[in-house]
Amino acid sequence: MIRKVWWKILSVVLLLYTCSYGFLVKVPTLDDRLQESIRNFFFHVPMWFAMMVLFGVSVVYAVKYLRHQQPVHDHYSKAFAITGTIYGFLGLSTGSIWANYQWGSPWSGDPKQNGAAIAMLIYLAYFVLRGSMNDEEKKARIGAVYNIFAFFMLFPTLWILPRLTESLHPGGEGSEGNPGLNGKDMDANMRTVFYPAVLGWTLLGVWISTLRVRYEIIKEQRLANE
Amino acid sequence: MTLLFTSLLVSSVLMAQGSAMETDVMRSNGKIYVVMAVVITIVVVLIAYVALLDRKISQLEKKNH
Repeated sequence: MIRKVWWKILSVVLLLYTCSYGFLVKVPTLDDRLQESIRNFFFHVPMWFAMMVLFGVSVVYAVKYLRHQQPVHDHYSKAFAITGTIYGFLGLSTGSIWANYQWGSPWSGDPKQNGAAIAMLIYLAYFVLRGSMNDEEKKARIGAVYNIFAFFMLFPTLWILPRLTESLHPGGEGSEGNPGLNGKDMDANMRTVFYPAVLGWTLLGVWISTLRVRYEIIKEQRLANE
Repeated sequence: MTLLFTSLLVSSVLMAQGSAMETDVMRSNGKIYVVMAVVITIVVVLIAYVALLDRKISQLEKKNH
């Protein structure tokens, strides 16, 4: 599956569509505060959706490793965690750029910004933890256990706490339901670009992760053959 | 960067006069196509690099067997 071509071509098509119609699709006028910068929705937000998927795959393989002790599962877990972390930092930086123009400063101490920063630190600690061990089996096993903790910490930091207090982000205290996913929050035109964008960016992240997995497998085979 | 800043500046000046057609400023002055071209260039080059890596790895995998 990771060597198949069709889903990679799909990713390219979806991304080209996103990068063109993202700028051409008509966006609502509303109260003139966001204006056309709302188009960032097709770039900044998919970074986070894709990150959730990538970290989700990473934790699934962490659990698989703990159950079966197959090294390949650890390769998958680490590779998807790396790409997920990169997407997370892309989300933080694109968010800061947008916030600078929209909220007046790149960092406002907004609950979701803080939550995202904490989540990123938790995943960085995963790599520090792995790096601190020399024995491959221990590295993989202890890393996998920490990975599970890190994944579940995404929920309070990103999805729960930011919604319990006042927030600059959509969904803070006082809003109803899940922002963006309840059908009322996004203009129908924008949705035609948003969902393909999420899928396109996610598939690209999966593609990059699978390349790293394949590289690790080749490396292992080379070492075994010598 | 200058482009983005200029357009935001222009928009804010227009806002002071109560203009309602803010959402198509960049399309009306044709500059949105510049932004689109820049983004597509970046994405295409990055994807081409990923595709190149994919091909290199496929060749290595074939060599191993």
